[in-house]
Amino acid sequence: MSAITLPTGPAGAQILGVGAYRPRRRVTNDELAQSMDTNDEWIQSRVGIAERRWAEPDETVVEMSVAAGGKALAASGLSPEDVDLVVVASCSLPTQIPGAGPEVAYRLGIPRPGGFDVNAGCAGFCYALAAASDAIRAGSARNVLVVGVEKLTDVVDMTDRSTAVIFADGAGAMVLGPSDEPGIGPVVWGSDGDQRDAISIPAPGEPDAGNLTMAGQAVYRWATTKLTDTLQEAMDRAGVTAADIDVFAPHQANLRIIELMAKRLKLPESTVIARDVVQAGNTSSASVPLAISALLESGEAKSGDLALLLGYGAGLTFAGQVVRLP
Amino acid sequence: MASTAEIQSGLAEILEEVAGVAPADATPEKSFTEDLDVDSLSMVEIATAVEDKFGVAIPDDELGGIKTVGDAISFIEKHQ
Repeated sequence: MSAITLPTGPAGAQILGVGAYRPRRRVTNDELAQSMDTNDEWIQSRVGIAERRWAEPDETVVEMSVAAGGKALAASGLSPEDVDLVVVASCSLPTQIPGAGPEVAYRLGIPRPGGFDVNAGCAGFCYALAAASDAIRAGSARNVLVVGVEKLTDVVDMTDRSTAVIFADGAGAMVLGPSDEPGIGPVVWGSDGDQRDAISIPAPGEPDAGNLTMAGQAVYRWATTKLTDTLQEAMDRAGVTAADIDVFAPHQANLRIIELMAKRLKLPESTVIARDVVQAGNTSSASVPLAISALLESGEAKSGDLALLLGYGAGLTFAGQVVRLP
Repeated sequence: MASTAEIQSGLAEILEEVAGVAPADATPEKSFTEDLDVDSLSMVEIATAVEDKFGVAIPDDELGGIKTVGDAISFIEKHQ
């Protein structure tokens, strides 16, 4: 009987490039107030969102992924042939099959890579990042394109003021490759499936079918009480402390959650806190790479910075890790 | 077990910390949303702070029934 042989992977994986796509149409709170019973003060005080981007018909999940993925690839310095795995995190792809991964790869000229999608709600990107990093370390892939993308305006009742003011569209991407010194820390992930109904898009035939529903108070309570330990564990497992964190980029769900988490973690004054939710709204699995991209573009985050990431959302799911920015 | 006065002053401290409510305003007849301008998310923060301070559990489905400072005091008294 022959033994199965395994490849030997590199010591670690690292982020080589980041890219983003923000839909053209900017929608302010004042614009929303014209068509529904809400106002700028109410929205800003509850969720901290000042404006968001809504994708138009030609800005599909795949088109936005291709745009963000192409930028990440260019930033990485790799050519499409160097990539052998494409992972797309999303919960708003209009088709059950095919997934977006293979088509995004094809459109970018990446020849016949492994391609699949991850659906872990708003935690999707951090789950996909962990899967990609581990695939590189295991020798299953050399370089991986990871995309977080959402067109939530397709799955939100745009007349429902409790969700329409929050959720939005966009795509963010990262290209990962091997490294001698780990650039992506161990993931701390988990789920609380007893709260499966807290955020959902009900199936056909159920009440609110096809429309994203969220029990806001329950999710807020869970996010502000259960996830500080996850963040601490992600730092502990990576061997760093709050004092080492240059950038804190949690899922951009709600500015109040972000500020509360930052306060409870006792991050130093110098830590840059991602507040992309103010301009982007809640873009679910696109929010973490969009936020990182914005901070790198503005110069608030620098190459070599240590960033603490956290995704959390429908499931309920969560995943956090410490990464070094390219 | 905390006395009613201790609960009221403890709750007032939480209200000041979470929502910036002056302690003198946190009297039993006051409605959180109508009189004290506490929104639904701040109510969650108040509930978790009350749970920590008084060792009670306030599930989300019970939280909606707590409308006034007096409701909160009675809830804590009953469940502590």
